[in-house]
Amino acid sequence: MAPRNPATFTRRALFGGGLAAAGSLALAGCATSPVASGLVGSKLNPSQLIYWNLFGGGDGTRMQAMEAGYEKLHGGAASLQATTFAWGNPYYSKLTLATVGNQPPDVAISHLTRAKPLYDGNIIEPITEADLASVGLSSSDFNPKTWAAQKTDGNNIAIPLDTHPIVMFFNTAVAKKAGLLDSDGKLKNLDGMDTFESALAAVSKVTGGPAITVANVSETATPWRVFWTFYNQIKGVTPFLSNNGADLSVDEDAFNTVTSRIQSWVKKGWLNKGLDYAGAESDLFTGKTGFYLEGEWEITTAEAVKGLKFGMVPIPTIYDKAANQADSHTFILPRKNRTPAERKQHLLFIKQMLAQSQTWAMGGHIPAYLPTFNSTAYKKLEPQADYASAATAAVYDDPAWYGGSGSTFENTVGAQLGLIQQLAVSPQGAMDAIKSQLKVYLNTPSPL
Amino acid sequence: MTATPALGRTAAARTTSEVRSTKRFSPLSRGDGRRAWLFLAPFGVFYLAFLLGPTVWMLVSSFFNTSTVHAGLGSFAGFKNYGEMLTRSDFWSSMWHTLQFTIYTTPPLVILAFFFAVLTNRIRRGQWFFRLAFFLPYILPSATISLIWVFIFTPSSGLFASVQSALGMTPGAGVLASPNTAMIGVAVATVWWTLGFNFVLYLAGLQEIPRELYEAAAVDGATTWNQIRYITLPLLSRTTTLVILLQIVASLKIFDQVYLMTSGGPGISTQVALGLITNTGFTDDRIGAASAASVLLLIVIVAIAVIRQIIDTRLARKDA
Repeated sequence: MAPRNPATFTRRALFGGGLAAAGSLALAGCATSPVASGLVGSKLNPSQLIYWNLFGGGDGTRMQAMEAGYEKLHGGAASLQATTFAWGNPYYSKLTLATVGNQPPDVAISHLTRAKPLYDGNIIEPITEADLASVGLSSSDFNPKTWAAQKTDGNNIAIPLDTHPIVMFFNTAVAKKAGLLDSDGKLKNLDGMDTFESALAAVSKVTGGPAITVANVSETATPWRVFWTFYNQIKGVTPFLSNNGADLSVDEDAFNTVTSRIQSWVKKGWLNKGLDYAGAESDLFTGKTGFYLEGEWEITTAEAVKGLKFGMVPIPTIYDKAANQADSHTFILPRKNRTPAERKQHLLFIKQMLAQSQTWAMGGHIPAYLPTFNSTAYKKLEPQADYASAATAAVYDDPAWYGGSGSTFENTVGAQLGLIQQLAVSPQGAMDAIKSQLKVYLNTPSPL
Repeated sequence: MTATPALGRTAAARTTSEVRSTKRFSPLSRGDGRRAWLFLAPFGVFYLAFLLGPTVWMLVSSFFNTSTVHAGLGSFAGFKNYGEMLTRSDFWSSMWHTLQFTIYTTPPLVILAFFFAVLTNRIRRGQWFFRLAFFLPYILPSATISLIWVFIFTPSSGLFASVQSALGMTPGAGVLASPNTAMIGVAVATVWWTLGFNFVLYLAGLQEIPRELYEAAAVDGATTWNQIRYITLPLLSRTTTLVILLQIVASLKIFDQVYLMTSGGPGISTQVALGLITNTGFTDDRIGAASAASVLLLIVIVAIAVIRQIIDTRLARKDA
């Protein structure tokens, strides 16, 4: 080891000292530097609103147009930082962890069914009537069904933007050949089991294959939506889950009725056996099938297909009463310290997004904001207006700490329903698997 | 390793290995140790903050009802989290799927890597092409691999289904759609993806073997198979040991391909241990229960690594 050279030491010390000094200057001098912001958690630009959402595809494009509308009013792109994440459990995990880590966004999107567990976990703040009034809104501005659905423990926890039910898409050319269109080119009423099944038989004859497609490979949400729709069409059924997810109260007879019917359609060749999301959809677009069950947001994809003529209607009532699985996109305020001015700014953002509900409705969603819903512009929108009544027959998922759109519950039950459609399990076998897989959730007290 | 002479004991009492080690004097002088620590400190800080710290937290929180959304450890649970995991059928099935994946992937990843490395090593011109071709998939991220293979396995319109149709077969709902074949689909994608790593290890090992051995064997009339059997295989045994151990540990940690290709489905037929742990911890907000499951998986991985090591040592002793 060479003896320590004093000159080297000084030079290094000087260099090191200089670095440290520069660093502290950067920290102290400029409160909005990225480093300082990262270390102390302050915002880069205090007037910038941070907004998180989960909108991809056509929804994402429309949301960006609405964001641009907000930015125009508030001083350009710097006024808003919008981030889009992949939907489902990962999104809600991120939102939860960010809020627990005291770095939540100012405003976020949540499904109505997922807002409830977030509220139970103290991740989001209630919104008072005074909050609404501060930006000129009131609870009467919203679809009463949606508004009532978000109320939890007497508090408003989320401001609904829309209702998004599962609907039935039809290929106009195929439906016409099958003789299912009336003189106006609209789909005839297919309510009633016999009417619906004879329509399926007619379409199957035209396509030479399936009449209706439902995605069920690598896809759990769609089988759940379809099941929950038909299940709730049966009069007097019990909730699937009750007591915030502690009890499995599903009506097993009704479960059996619906799932056996689905299997019978597959066996008759009317319903596809196994198709993934894109496959089920493209079969409709290419005329390999006549009907397709999926959320109305797929309107954007359908419109993008050149030369495709299609329509959309509420899923026919094949049992006793109209019902269709639905959820709502809502705005929520993640828990954080807000000054009154910031709170008003955040609510104003929500208000201005609601005001652009017509843009949102073009993406298929049924506006929850009544001034838009009742407007003539919306009523003229086709095929959107053809299924707007689905909002009144909307059935949300049962509240449970592990439930809601894209949740563990949907993944578990939806997976078994997908296997039922593949004829890989019997309805009873699926029910046994559901019971065994949900057991731990039923028995575990909510960690929220 | 020990450089300090065993003072206070007579030389006669020392074992031979101790005597041997005391003969090697450390080139370091007094005080250098402290400087070494200083150089190690930056890494040490990260090691403490991101490995040891969280591991200790995992051990502690596994005994509590720790929730993601509440601060602190939560109420004391004792062994309840462990009890829950050990009696949960989906925990056992996820452990079995992890093992199943390891069984499906380890043999082909070792044998095929060896096979292709031997073939590549015999090529004289353009060897770079084969080295590149086999290693190329490995540099792709798991998300890309998953996309490629999900496309291949797409029901009715994917590459696999197209090939089936072309051969006059009726394509089913797809490999990933059936609980019986989904794990095989994930395993096939993984073998294609990670073969390159073992391949490169084997190729490096092969290039260490002197060509004279083969020449001498050839002069003595040994066939190609005999050369592989009596020269290549024995001289590569250390590489094989390393490859097998690394592969088993890597396969037991399977997560991304399953998450991206099947998300554990259909049903829970491809749900693996790390998937269950992630779901319990981040989706169900139950950090305590997830920690208990992590500890159990850690025990299994350590046990398998130790057993492998013991077998290896036994075999090495037998050889010597």
